[in-house]
Amino acid sequence: MNIYLDNASTTKPCEPAVSAAFYCMVENYGNPSSLHKMGIEAEKVLNDTRRAIASAIACAPENVYFTSGATESNNAAILGAAEIYGKRKKKIITTSIEHPSVAEPIKRLEELGYEVVRISPSPNGEIEYDDIISAVDDNTCLVSCMLVNNENGYILPVKRAFMAIKRNFPECITHCDAVQGFMKIPIRANELYADLISISAHKIHGIKGVGALIMKKGIRISPILRGGGQEKGVRSGTESVPLIAGFGAAVSALSPTLQQAIKNAEEINEYLRSKLSDIDGISINSKQESCSPFIINISVEGIRSEIMLHHLESKGIFVSSGSACSKGAKSSILKEFGLSDKLIDSAIRVSISRETTWGDIDALVSGIRDGKEKLLK
Amino acid sequence: MGKKEIILAKLGEIALKGQNKHIFEQMLVSNIKRRIKSLGKFSYTRAQSTIYVEPLEPSCDVGEALSRMQKIFGIASLSLALEVEKNFDDISLKAAEYLKDELDFARTFKVSAKRADKSFPMKSPEICERLGGYILEKFPHLKVDVNHPDVNIMVEIREKHAYIHSSKLDGAGGMPVGSSGEALLLLSGGIDSPVAGYMMAKRGIHISAIHYVSPPYTSERARMKVERLCEKMSAYCGNIRFYCVPFTEIQEKIKQHCPEELFTIIMRRLMMEIAQKIAAKNNLLALITGESVGQVASQTLMAINCTDAVCKIPVFRPLIGMDKTEIIEIARKIDTYDISIEPYEDCCTVFTPRHPKTKPQLAEVEAAETAFDFSELIETAVENTTVTTFSPNP
Repeated sequence: MNIYLDNASTTKPCEPAVSAAFYCMVENYGNPSSLHKMGIEAEKVLNDTRRAIASAIACAPENVYFTSGATESNNAAILGAAEIYGKRKKKIITTSIEHPSVAEPIKRLEELGYEVVRISPSPNGEIEYDDIISAVDDNTCLVSCMLVNNENGYILPVKRAFMAIKRNFPECITHCDAVQGFMKIPIRANELYADLISISAHKIHGIKGVGALIMKKGIRISPILRGGGQEKGVRSGTESVPLIAGFGAAVSALSPTLQQAIKNAEEINEYLRSKLSDIDGISINSKQESCSPFIINISVEGIRSEIMLHHLESKGIFVSSGSACSKGAKSSILKEFGLSDKLIDSAIRVSISRETTWGDIDALVSGIRDGKEKLLK
Repeated sequence: MGKKEIILAKLGEIALKGQNKHIFEQMLVSNIKRRIKSLGKFSYTRAQSTIYVEPLEPSCDVGEALSRMQKIFGIASLSLALEVEKNFDDISLKAAEYLKDELDFARTFKVSAKRADKSFPMKSPEICERLGGYILEKFPHLKVDVNHPDVNIMVEIREKHAYIHSSKLDGAGGMPVGSSGEALLLLSGGIDSPVAGYMMAKRGIHISAIHYVSPPYTSERARMKVERLCEKMSAYCGNIRFYCVPFTEIQEKIKQHCPEELFTIIMRRLMMEIAQKIAAKNNLLALITGESVGQVASQTLMAINCTDAVCKIPVFRPLIGMDKTEIIEIARKIDTYDISIEPYEDCCTVFTPRHPKTKPQLAEVEAAETAFDFSELIETAVENTTVTTFSPNP
């Protein structure tokens, strides 16, 4: 039996998502832009998913634009907003702990002449909202700040920062990469004061290859994909109806029990922490009070991340070293949080899902114990 | 459970009503209930021209309730208020904490107090003075400005609790939907008719909508578009009964038998006849259209005369004196504009004459209409009309 504890990388698609997608491949396979009935049926799938997402994140259904995933949503938001709003305003504020799909497009803009300010966590390991707010000025076109860090689960003070920014600089566009927060912590789009929000399906038991950009009414972005004008011209290209159907099915399946799922995750998180505290030489790199219960980053003293990862793998337990996207490269993000090289070298990320059981945690902990004994020799 | 917030909805015009005020209030409360019951259990209390909407479970979505209530007619303004103990220490402590976000970014403030419970030991000016002092101590960057403060801290001392709130949100104004009876809106799918419906709903009229479809000349999508408009409008207008009339045959007959330049005028007269029949069957007392004088050929005074000649019940045209830009502004506000501009053929654009008559004479129109006996087709259309009810989404 596999024990999958790498849910921040991706999750297992839930049954409703798979069957909804399947149905859209074998039966409801029309093009949503077609004028005939089959087109209309396919379009209904898109609208149903828009509604499901809208009600999960408290926005209007028409604010939901489908993309191929969070990387595209982030690129579209950042490059697209900079093109429209950055003609005269050449300053962008972000954090130093963003996912590469935010950091890289911003780096590209920097090469193109934008001034970029990256806010780092303070010595206590937290991003201070005041630092973000005070970096914004009249010349700032965009602020991009993630909601939950993908490596250690740290929840950023996005709402506090964006609220002040929108109040003092209403023209400054606010973007939030909420991939690790969506359906994992409660999010209300309007209370986040974000003009643009990126989310992804496969992190919430949907299927890979689809995501969404939530764009507030009245905000414009210059599309990175141009063509047939789908998604109101914001993202051309025939919508992937099966994947979108799966996205909607996953959101609808998860939504009613979100509160319960968060509570369960908190309990499992707590349980893992208490179990680990019995083992010497383990550092927990995710502060309980400021992190998502779904992600917990730990370092096992003296054992390099990858070695521990493969040891656990041999026992059928799957975790990640740093973030899976960076394919094992040493995490610069954890460095930003002030972790020593020693801790970074031995960091592993455990990310749970709704399917994680207490038994899974027991297995993980005994796997780590066992690994320490064998590998530290 | 942490802080408890409640919604205060101040009544608009109905506060001025006399003895039957409670009827209006009850209607408003039931409109609110219908709109927010899906968000959790709430209690509703009426006192001093205010409706207190209080969440009864921690899971109640108060923020969403507040934004939905902003679209309910009959409410002048809304505030989200924190419920606190009725003693000054609790009031000042909680006020500073609750409004921290706002006060941090404000430059000026003032305190207003309202002491509905006169047994409370401090008088209103004293509350203002002492709370003002406390806030200044806590937020030394602030200055008092009683005329144009950035933040107006309101303290209300009521019977059981005290309430603290700051910014007021505008309500939708108007009268509770349903308090002025029911009427039937001719809804084409364009920009104007949803706005006309919104404006009459604002005056308390409960709207039903009628729409004419002519397949295969008009598509399923045109109909879906109108259904989405109903959904959007219902956030303001309450649930909308939507009558969909099959109109193909009538349009084809007009085309075959009547002069081209009178096509639109005759079509509109027949639409009015059908609408009146539907209205009579369903106790709807008036028709509503989105016409505005001079906008198109069928909306000249002479054309309106020709259409009105078949109407035996009142026809309300709330947009009659408005410019397109003014109408669009409202359409954007009520969020129907983006749907309205979707480019699908509707029955008004099918068979449009190349040169419609802008100054039709009634006698001439009536004569042209006799070329074919439409009465049977009208009956069939009324019989085959389908009805669906639309409510807001989400």
